[in-house]
Amino acid sequence: MMKPFDHVDANSAARAAALLGEGNQAAPSRPEDRPVRLIAGGTDLLTVMKDDIVSPQTLVNIKTVPDLDRIQFDVATGLHLGPLVSLTDLEHDTLINDRYTALAQAAHLSASPQLRNMATIGGNLLQQSRCWYYRGPFHCWLKGGDECYAREGENKYHAILDQGQCITVNPSDPAQALIAFDATLHILGPSAQRDLKVEQFFINPTPQRRALNQLDDDELITAITLPTPPPDTHSVYLKMMDRQTWGFALVSVAARITWDGDRIARADIIMGGVAPTPYRATIAEQEITGRSRSDLHSGLADRAAHKAMRDAHPLEHNAYKAPLGAALIKRALLAL
Amino acid sequence: MPSNLPAGHSRRTITMTVNDEQHTVYVEPRRTLLDALREDLGLTGAKKVCDLGQCGACTVIKGNRAIYSCLTLAVECAGQSIQTIEGLAQADPAPGSQLRLHAIQQAFIECDAYQCGYCTPGQIMAIKALLEHNPNPTLDEVKMGVSGNLCRCGAYPNIFRAALRAAELLRTAG
Repeated sequence: MMKPFDHVDANSAARAAALLGEGNQAAPSRPEDRPVRLIAGGTDLLTVMKDDIVSPQTLVNIKTVPDLDRIQFDVATGLHLGPLVSLTDLEHDTLINDRYTALAQAAHLSASPQLRNMATIGGNLLQQSRCWYYRGPFHCWLKGGDECYAREGENKYHAILDQGQCITVNPSDPAQALIAFDATLHILGPSAQRDLKVEQFFINPTPQRRALNQLDDDELITAITLPTPPPDTHSVYLKMMDRQTWGFALVSVAARITWDGDRIARADIIMGGVAPTPYRATIAEQEITGRSRSDLHSGLADRAAHKAMRDAHPLEHNAYKAPLGAALIKRALLAL
Repeated sequence: MPSNLPAGHSRRTITMTVNDEQHTVYVEPRRTLLDALREDLGLTGAKKVCDLGQCGACTVIKGNRAIYSCLTLAVECAGQSIQTIEGLAQADPAPGSQLRLHAIQQAFIECDAYQCGYCTPGQIMAIKALLEHNPNPTLDEVKMGVSGNLCRCGAYPNIFRAALRAAELLRTAG
């Protein structure tokens, strides 16, 4: 059973930020020790509360804030997603399927139907690590301990790129698609508002900040905006799981290409499941930018995909991720 | 707790609609909807198995969508409409008659869609939500529709058949 806590309904984002600011003033050294936390879908938060990984004194419910579940689109300004848009709504929105295909696909592949009905896009980006040492009864480095047990332990699901002191991977699927579409987070604190690209939002945990993202103790996401993609932009999200549905990604790829006639004017290839943050396969992007569709289909996609994985440093149990990542990149590019 | 935060620690009274009837419960904020249904309202059809949103045995319908009641706080269901397995069978208008099973329940019996039966209420509620959104699903859509519900007996093929049979029964019942 969860430890007792208070529960407060916020009626505005500003009120939620104020409650976070007042309650988390003492600035706990570990993010897990924040006395006040927001609850939206609750699908991740309640699991870490039930496992006593976090034990907030107060939950601030933001589902009572009006209009945070809106999806709006305007060609001039692009797509506006409220942080409470459910994964189900993302998955079914016609315009998102049409113009931001990889995002709808990522939402669809993210979890079971029940979880997609409950989970919000904002909360999805703020999920805690799924590493079993983090979730289990281990005082691991990410939780403030001295050692990452996954490095020498059971690391089948862990990072093969950009490994820091923690080698977890970020569990979000939509994150990769949002980055491919150059999305920006609008973040509100008690006294200031700031904008941050989704790509910058995710961080490799550092000794000073053992967290997977840059959200401060007193901040919340109030909107996610995506520019309108140029004409002839196509995207896809591919995700490999242990089974066909409802698992976390072993490896995933959001790929987006903007064509200029027969040429690739812009390419974005963002991988999940391979690094502590969503990983931009820059080498592969550079390899294909400016090249033609027929190049792509006559060996270029394969070459670019394999180059993208050349810096991988697999651990004892996750060497499969490098060839899997290359295969997914290739398959994604050939689908565009 | 910081003194300048509003107090909300103690139990509170919330009213929600469960199977078309208003129910009032007096619960702590940490009470899940699942525990409120089972412990406070005596509706034990929704099952507590993993209690972490992984198995689907606690599936109920909130509004018009299937959710996991183990990852839902009861206090956040105030004013909401909840459907559980107990609400599916309807009274037959003929005097002295027994409850009439819902088409999905009927289909589960016809298709032998369970062994131990523990996951069945969750499976049925997931299928009910699926059929309300998609009255004529393909086999693949049924598989996706119950992909959030585990059956450790492995009765899946018959669960899929039952869902397709229920869709047929509901369509012909018009």
